[in-house]
Formats: sequence, C-alpha cells, structure tokens
Amino acid sequence: MSSEPPPVESTWLLPDLDDEIAAPFWAGTARGELLVQTCASCGQRRMPPRPMCPVCRSLEHTWVPMSGRATIWSYAVPHPPLLPAYAELAPYNVIVVSLEEDPSIRFVGNLVAHADGPINEIDPATIEIGEPVHVAFTPVDDVTLPRWIRD
Amino acid sequence: MTEILSIKDRTAVVGIGQTAFGKGLPDSELSLACQAISAAIDDAGLSPREVDGLAMFSMEDGREVDVARNVGLGDITFFSQVGFGGGAGCGVIGHAAMAVATGQCEVAVAWRARKRAAKSSRPWAQVADRLSGHHQWSRPFGLLRPVDEIAILTRRAMHEYGYTRDHLANVALAFRKHAARNPNATMGHKPLTREQYMDARWISEPLCLFDNCLETDGALAVVITSAPRARDLRRPPVFVHAFAQSIPQQHQVMTNYFGDDPLLGPSWACAKLLWEHSDIQPADVPVAQLYDAFSPLVPLSLEGYGFCERGEGGAFTEGGNLEWPNGRLPTNTSGGGMSEAYVHGFNLVLEGVRQCRGTSTAQVDQAESCLVTSGEGVPTSAVLFRR
Repeated sequence: MSSEPPPVESTWLLPDLDDEIAAPFWAGTARGELLVQTCASCGQRRMPPRPMCPVCRSLEHTWVPMSGRATIWSYAVPHPPLLPAYAELAPYNVIVVSLEEDPSIRFVGNLVAHADGPINEIDPATIEIGEPVHVAFTPVDDVTLPRWIRD
Repeated sequence: MTEILSIKDRTAVVGIGQTAFGKGLPDSELSLACQAISAAIDDAGLSPREVDGLAMFSMEDGREVDVARNVGLGDITFFSQVGFGGGAGCGVIGHAAMAVATGQCEVAVAWRARKRAAKSSRPWAQVADRLSGHHQWSRPFGLLRPVDEIAILTRRAMHEYGYTRDHLANVALAFRKHAARNPNATMGHKPLTREQYMDARWISEPLCLFDNCLETDGALAVVITSAPRARDLRRPPVFVHAFAQSIPQQHQVMTNYFGDDPLLGPSWACAKLLWEHSDIQPADVPVAQLYDAFSPLVPLSLEGYGFCERGEGGAFTEGGNLEWPNGRLPTNTSGGGMSEAYVHGFNLVLEGVRQCRGTSTAQVDQAESCLVTSGEGVPTSAVLFRR
C-alpha cells in the first residue's frame, strides 16, 4: 500500500493512470478515442491489455482506435449494499458490450442517455441483449470513462 | 514412454473436524484453524506429532508455521498454498493427496478458516486509492462485488440458455430443504418458499438475496494419509479417487467476459481431466456437492461436469432433481454455501466425506462416490471421493 495520499478526492473507484500496461488506453479516452491493444507482429487484438501476445508471444504492440460501435452482450442491475458513491445512484445498470470490429473484444460500461448523464437514467427494464450502442466519453475527476449510448 | 504416476485411490481422508459456524465469532482465523485441525486429528485417532504435511488457502490470515506451532505438529516436510479463494477447496485436498501419494509426507492436513470480517476474506471491500490490474476494467462502472460480476454471466445464461428465476429458485429451495435436516446448518431453522424467493429484495438483478451464499465465520479441516495406513485407522477411509484443477485458456478471474466463449467456465477444463482420471463417470455419481457462492454456479457446474448437456443446467434443476432423497442428483446435501455455511466451499468437502462414510444428515443410500467442486468463475478444482 502506498503511504502517499490519493491524488484527487474521489468517491468513485477509478483507474491508476500510471498503470504501465493500461495508461495508453486511458490517455486515449481522454482524447475521445476507444483504443484496443493490438499485437504489432500478428495483429491479434487483446482486452484486457497485457505485455505479451498470447498468440505469437511478441512484446511489441500498438493501440488501434475502434469505431466505438458495439452491441450489448449482457447486463446487471446492482442494488445496495454498495460503496456510497454507487449506492446513491442504485439501482443503476452495468452493461458488457461486444465491439463491432471484433465481438470477442468486450468492455464493461454503463448505458446512458447522454454522455454526461447519470448511470441510472435508463430504465433497466428496457435494456435488451443485442441492442446496438456507440461509445461516449465522460470525465470523472481526472479520468475519462467510456460509456455507451443507444444508436 | 514414462509411466504416469496416478494418485487414484492411493490416499484417503481419515479425519474431519470443524468449529461452530456463526457470525462475529470472537476467535481469530488462526485460532479457528487450529481448533478445526485439532478436531480432525482427533477424529482420525492420530497424534498431532504424526502430521508432516500442510495444504492451505493462500487467502487466509494464519500461516503454516503458526498452525504447526499451535497444534504441536511434527516436522513438516510438505506445505503448499492454493490461490483464488473459493477455487481452492478441492485444490488443497488434491495437493495433500499428491504429497502423501508421492512420499513427500505421510499425514497431511488441509483446511479453511474464514472470518467474514477478515480483510483477507473480502478483498472487494478494501478500497484502494486507485485501481490497477483487471479491476480497472469493471469497478469504475459499478461492478463492485462478486455478486455483480456473476449477475452479468447469469443474465447472459438466461439469454443464451434459457435459465430462469424458477431454475435458480430450484437450487436455493433444494439446499434449504437439506439444511433443515442438518443441526449445524445456520439456516436449518428457516424454511424458504418459492413465494419468499420471488418476493426477495434484489442484490444485483437478476440475482436476489436468496441467490447468494451466506456469510459465515468458521473453520473446517481434513486429515489425509496413505490408503494402507487409512485401513488401520478408526474411521472408514474415504479415498481420493480423482482430482483436477484448472485455469482455462484466456481465463479472467470472476470478470470472465473477455474470451471467445465466457459461459464455458473453469469447470469444463477441470472436468475433462477429472473424468479422464476416474473409473467412475458422471452417470454413476449418486450425489454431488457443487460450489454455490451464487445459485447460477450450480447449473453452470452441472453442465461443466457433464451431468447434462451444455445449456441444459437450468432445466436439470426441474422436477426436484437436486433434492434428497429422490432427485436424480441430490446436491449440497448439508445445505451447502447457501444454507449450511459459507466457508469458501470447504464445508462441501466435509459433506462429501460424510456421504461416503454414510454419516450425512441427508444420506444417499449406498453412496459409493461423491463429487465435490470448488469455485466456478475462478481458477478451480474438483475431487471425486469414493468409499
């Protein structure tokens, strides 16, 4: 455990932007890009990102922007008890999406009506697996989270 | 060709022990572990000095040296830990059995002590300043608890396989009925009806309160020794017939949404090796203890371990198939994690031993064998016990 205080006051659980593996992804979302780590040697996409390609074992990789088009693969609706920042918004949706370019590349996120809307603004009873969605970007403290909006 | 050294039937469980189950027990995890281990050694009729092997969960506060110094064990010549929480229960049994079978020790103890309030028991409740590793891909979006992570897979199984809430209720109600026969089951005095299940509050849709395991303080332990020695001891030996572990290709712990086919969970690869090593096949297994931190893990495990076809685990729960005494596969006959106690699935191991001894409170007639499985959704393990 680090003895240093957290860099910002936040009640959300947010990524460590200095994580050496994932930092380029979060730099991408800050620019409005959804990047997928891609092997520079064989082209295999991988999510979550990691140092080595499991197909060809290359350490070389690039970060390739995706279209941000996806379909809902599954979803859940958490209810309390939850950490306070999330309990305030519960029940809210959490979705998993499959990317249009490569359905085996999936992201966990939230379905919202507007990029800056709360994660509880969609009636969960209306969410359907297979629904087409596209990415949006929402700043939370010093992080930009990808969120998803219906087409 | 090198001859494969099989552990089949070469070791046996000869002692079992446990503490009381409860909430807020005053004793430490270490103290609970020592009490359960001590009881298991007594059950076997052995002396602590005869114990020379240890296998434990990595997710525990006590350590091998402390256990050995407290219980007064002999010189320890084998010790190992298995990771990934609820996936480790049958893993420690298998490690102990392999160590005895290969002569690295003669008498091994495997155990789990768990306090629900212990930091090591609830890693998801420890708020780090910032997330790194795989949690950064799920927790910022509110997928905070294990129940949320499994809710995602459950919804997908409902969509892809046709699992229903009635199927999940079949699981919860069957285990609660079994608990009513077990005086040690913490929910033994609380009957559960389908109406209560359907009206229960949500925890993470589509999972309600009764789809979740209990939170329990307690400890359980087993003693394993060689088959020849086991035959001379006071309890009927329960042989470790087959054992397997698995981390399937491209597996992601709990949030296993990133592979080609996430509903093919860790039990599939584990089952493949288990049944390859076993003379007994799923159709001949009369009773099972399936890891049940959450109800949907039971139908997923029924599929993975070959009791039905892929996608038919929900339908398998119909018609009382999981219920003692007349179901096709009486399952979690002590009440399991959902109605007896949740000690990371280790109480399932002891119930598997009791079935083969003939001492369960929901005893299956002539139970020649019993399958016990560990966590589906994490790197897992399974063991097949036989009389």
